[in-house]
Amino acid sequence: MSSARDGERIFIKGNEAVAHGALAAGCRCYFGYPITPQNDIPELLSSLIPAAGGQFVQAESEVAAANMLLGAASCGVRAFTSSSSPGISLMQEAISYMAGSQLPGVIVNMVRGGPGLGDIGPSQGDYFQAVKGGGHGDYRLFVLAPATCQEAYDFMIEAFHLAFKYRNPVMVLGDAILGQMKEPVTTWTPAAGDPLYHDDTEGAEWRLEGKGERPARLLKSLYLEEGALATHNRMLVAKHESMEQDARAEEFLCDDAELIVAAFGSIGRIVKSTVRNLRAKGHKVGLFRPITLFPFPTKQIDALAAQGKRFLTIEHNTGQMVDDVRLAVRHHADSAFFGCMPGDLPSPEDFVEPILNVLEGK
Amino acid sequence: MAEVLEKEAFVLPENIVDRGSHYCPGCHHGIAHRLVAECLSELGLVDETICVSSIGCSVFIYNYIDMDTIEAPHGRAPAVVTGVKRARPDKFVFSYQGDGDLASIGLAESVHCANRGEKVSIVFVNNTVYGMTGGQMAPTTMIGQKTTTCPGGRCEDREGSPMKMAELMASLGGTAFSARVATNNMKNIVSAKRAIMKAFRCQTEGHGFGFVELLSACPTNWRMTPVAANERVEKEMIPYFPLGTYKDFE
Ligand SMILES: Cc1ncc(C[n+]2csc(CCOP(=O)(O)OP(=O)(O)O)c2C)c(N)n1
Ligand code: SF4
Repeated sequence: MSSARDGERIFIKGNEAVAHGALAAGCRCYFGYPITPQNDIPELLSSLIPAAGGQFVQAESEVAAANMLLGAASCGVRAFTSSSSPGISLMQEAISYMAGSQLPGVIVNMVRGGPGLGDIGPSQGDYFQAVKGGGHGDYRLFVLAPATCQEAYDFMIEAFHLAFKYRNPVMVLGDAILGQMKEPVTTWTPAAGDPLYHDDTEGAEWRLEGKGERPARLLKSLYLEEGALATHNRMLVAKHESMEQDARAEEFLCDDAELIVAAFGSIGRIVKSTVRNLRAKGHKVGLFRPITLFPFPTKQIDALAAQGKRFLTIEHNTGQMVDDVRLAVRHHADSAFFGCMPGDLPSPEDFVEPILNVLEGK
Repeated sequence: MAEVLEKEAFVLPENIVDRGSHYCPGCHHGIAHRLVAECLSELGLVDETICVSSIGCSVFIYNYIDMDTIEAPHGRAPAVVTGVKRARPDKFVFSYQGDGDLASIGLAESVHCANRGEKVSIVFVNNTVYGMTGGQMAPTTMIGQKTTTCPGGRCEDREGSPMKMAELMASLGGTAFSARVATNNMKNIVSAKRAIMKAFRCQTEGHGFGFVELLSACPTNWRMTPVAANERVEKEMIPYFPLGTYKDFE
């Protein structure tokens, strides 16, 4: 990124970083409905967005919020919604329509424990829902998983860019740990010339604005004529495959590692501390932290597998991303799994034994 | 010099697409489309309109009226309309919805859109039945009316009574205009156009949320001839769903 990241340094929560990042990205509309643990996002935006000349609407439900997002996105403006697990379930109808109609919008999920009403503590139980579709039909979201408040800020800027680049909804998948923790964040706004710079003419070739002198435009997901949906869906598949070029992961001490732990988001960050502590004791372990959950950084992790590394996937759920890790490394290796349950707030020490067990082949 | 004795009696509004209709013979959606097109054109709004089409027989409104359009999920058009209008407050934004769409699955979205006083217009076509899916019961189905899911006729004890949307919308603080009209005869069609005009002006003049309910026929699912269907609108529907303006900004 060419923009100087030399803005103000502020001490904020992950949720607040999401809100500030969205504004820096040029977001003009926010639609949402309260749910713990992400309420700081709408609370902050209810004053910040109008002050920036944008629109804030507290919708009557998550169903409505996501459909408001669909409407705003059809006009080619930068808009987003945020929620947590049960609310995201309600948004799936509109998200599927957005994917089918090729609309760019950003959805933030600060995941809490489920299924059902679950609890309000952190969890990574919505991985499948985020990366495998979630709503009806055959589609994918671009999914980014921040692990720090700085990433929460940065990834919002990136999320809007990717949403318009692919004309596809993008999800930023955090959790209650990220949403509620506070740390210093360096604010920045992409400058002209930066690939992430927001250009107001984005979407000008397809957005709705009244037909004026040109032929009318139609944004839809209904394809009834014989073969039309097949053609449409083939195009969507090609688009999903092209996202691979933006797949990304953080590799930490992987080069000489015998065992690599795959972990994302907050858990990835906690595992990083465990890895650091184990290294200090001479254990050859590393961390592979997928940053894009879809597209999964398959090539990157497979290249490590080809070097003969072993793998352990650690998640805050009963085993979801591990399926993607196994698929990615299958020609060379397998992955063990260790999961912690929602309601537990893991510390770096909690992962020592599971990692050593796999490292020592127990 | 010979005098011109012929004058063209039927002229399409400029924004109506000249194509075959997919609606059943005697369906009033076609009449409603034409009225909407005429109003848009007479108010000079065509070029700056964004239409939100809904689910039901009328999803294809964009095949007949030449305007920028987005398709909304079933019932969610009032939320989509809200998003569009908030994103582009300078544009004319309206949705076109059936009774299953607006009064059943999308009731919450409809009520809250009106209550927030969104500066949009909703054209609501009430034909007392689910047309597209083959004639099931709607929230507006009349007591005693037979549908495929109330084959013995709608029973108040079992299914409740038909919802009066124009009155309900008028009761909400954010609504600036709410009216009920019918499209079953020339006289009613003329007042229907006047009401749509007003619902649209309600938005262009900045008064707020405008709603117009059109009592319409679905001869196919009523299992009636178009003529009998028009008579049913007059004799059965209008007495229960009284025509009139329930809230006005003037
Ligand atoms: C979420 C969802 N549920 C159900 C349907 C199926 N469906 C399509 S049209 C329709 C009824 C539409 O009836 P109405 O709004 O009265 O319009 P009409 O066809 O009578 O014009 C239903 C239930 C759907 N498309 N989406
Ligand atoms: S089914 Fe009813 S509403 Fe649908 S096109 Fe036919 S007559 Fe019209």
